Amino acid sequence: MKAFAALLARDMRLAMRAGGGALMGALFFLIVVTLLPFAVGPDLALLRRIGPAILWLGALLASLLTLDRLFASDYEDGSLDLLVTASLPLELSIAAKAVAHWLTTGLPLIIISPLLGLLLNVELTAMGPIALTLLAGTPGLTFLGLIGAALSVTLRRGGVLLAVLVLPLTIPTLIFGISAANAAITGLLTFGPAFTILCALTLASVVIGPFAAAAALRHGLE
Amino acid sequence: MRLVADNIACVRGGRQVFAGVSFSVAAGDALVVSGPNGAGKSSLLRMIAGLVRLAAGRLALQHGSEASIGEQAHYLGHVDAVKPALTVQENLRFWAGYLGGKGDVAGALDTLGLGRLGDLPAGCLSAGQKRRLSIARLVAVERPIWLLDEPASALDSNAQTTLAELMHAHLRNGGMIVAASHGPIGLDNTRALQLGTA
Repeated sequence: MKAFAALLARDMRLAMRAGGGALMGALFFLIVVTLLPFAVGPDLALLRRIGPAILWLGALLASLLTLDRLFASDYEDGSLDLLVTASLPLELSIAAKAVAHWLTTGLPLIIISPLLGLLLNVELTAMGPIALTLLAGTPGLTFLGLIGAALSVTLRRGGVLLAVLVLPLTIPTLIFGISAANAAITGLLTFGPAFTILCALTLASVVIGPFAAAAALRHGLE
Repeated sequence: MRLVADNIACVRGGRQVFAGVSFSVAAGDALVVSGPNGAGKSSLLRMIAGLVRLAAGRLALQHGSEASIGEQAHYLGHVDAVKPALTVQENLRFWAGYLGGKGDVAGALDTLGLGRLGDLPAGCLSAGQKRRLSIARLVAVERPIWLLDEPASALDSNAQTTLAELMHAHLRNGGMIVAASHGPIGLDNTRALQLGTA
C-alpha cells in the first residue's frame, strides 16, 4: 500500500512539474471547445444540440493526449525495469499510474467543463448532469488507454499507434456518455439507463485495463 | 542463501546469445561477468532480475525466502532510473518508499556524497552524479542480491572507492553481487564468469 501511494504521489508530482502533462489536457480541451463555435457559426440551436458531443469528444482526445508518455518516459530512464520486478504487483503499479493520470488530466477537464458549456449554449441546469457523465466516463477512458500505452511503449513514435489502438475501444463509452448527456439536455431520453451502462463500462475497463497493460509491458520489455 | 544457475540459455530476437551457462553464488560471494560486447552480460543480469525469460535451464535462489529473485535484488542497469524533474531527494525518497526500505534517504545521499545536492533537480546532475544517486538506492533499501551492470561507469575515482567499500560491506553482511564489467570493480576474491568465449 505504501508502494502504491509512493508511485501515485510521484506521478502526480511529475505531472505538475515543468514538462509534465497536468494542464496540457485541460488547455487542449479548452482550445477544441473554443474553436468549435467559430467553425459551426453562430447557430445557437445547433450548438446546443451538438454541445454534449463536443464536450465528450474534447475530453476523449484530451485524455489520450498525454497517455503516450505514461509508460514511455519510465521505459526510457529505466524506471520501468524496477517497476516490473518490484514486489508490488505490476497490475497495481499500473493502476497507481492510471489514477495519477486521471487525477491530473481527467479531473481538471471535468472541473472546467461547466465553464465550457457556456460557450456551447448548454443550459446551466444541464451542466451538472453532463459533468457527472464525464466524471463517470473519463476514468474508463484512461484505463482503456493504458492498454495502448503499454503496447506502444517500446516504439519511438507510439502516440499515433496509441490513438489508432485505443480510439475504437472507446466507442461504447462515447455512445453511452453522449446519450446520457443528451438525455440531461433534451429530456427526451431517460438519463438513468445510459448512465448506468456508462458506469458499467468504466468499471469493466478499470478491471481489464491494468491486467492487459501489465501483460503487454511484460512482453514488450523482453 | 545461494543463487544457482543451471545450464541457462538466452535468445534475443531469434538469435542465441549464450547457452549452457552455469554458476552458483553463495552468500558473501561476488561474481564478475565479463566478455566481449554482445556476449550477453546485460542479458544475463536482466535474466536474473526476471526481466528476460530463460530460453533453457533453471535459475533458483536456494534457502531463500518465497519472494521472487527480482523482489530480493537490486538491479542497477545502464540507465539510472532518475527523473530529471524531481529533486535528488525526491527521487531517492520515491524509490525508498516504493521498494519498501526503512528509508534513511539523507544518510544514503551523504554516503554517496550527494548530501548537499538534495534540493537540486536531478536534471542538473552530471552523468556521474546521476550514477551515484542510482547507487544510493542500494544503500537506502536493503536487499540481499545486487545485480550491477557496469556499476563504475561515469564514476570518478572517489566514487569508485566508495562503491568498492559499499560492495565490501554488502558482502561482509552476507549479501551477493553479480556484476557485469569490462574492468576490475575494486573487489578481490571475486569469482569470474566469462561469456562469449565458446
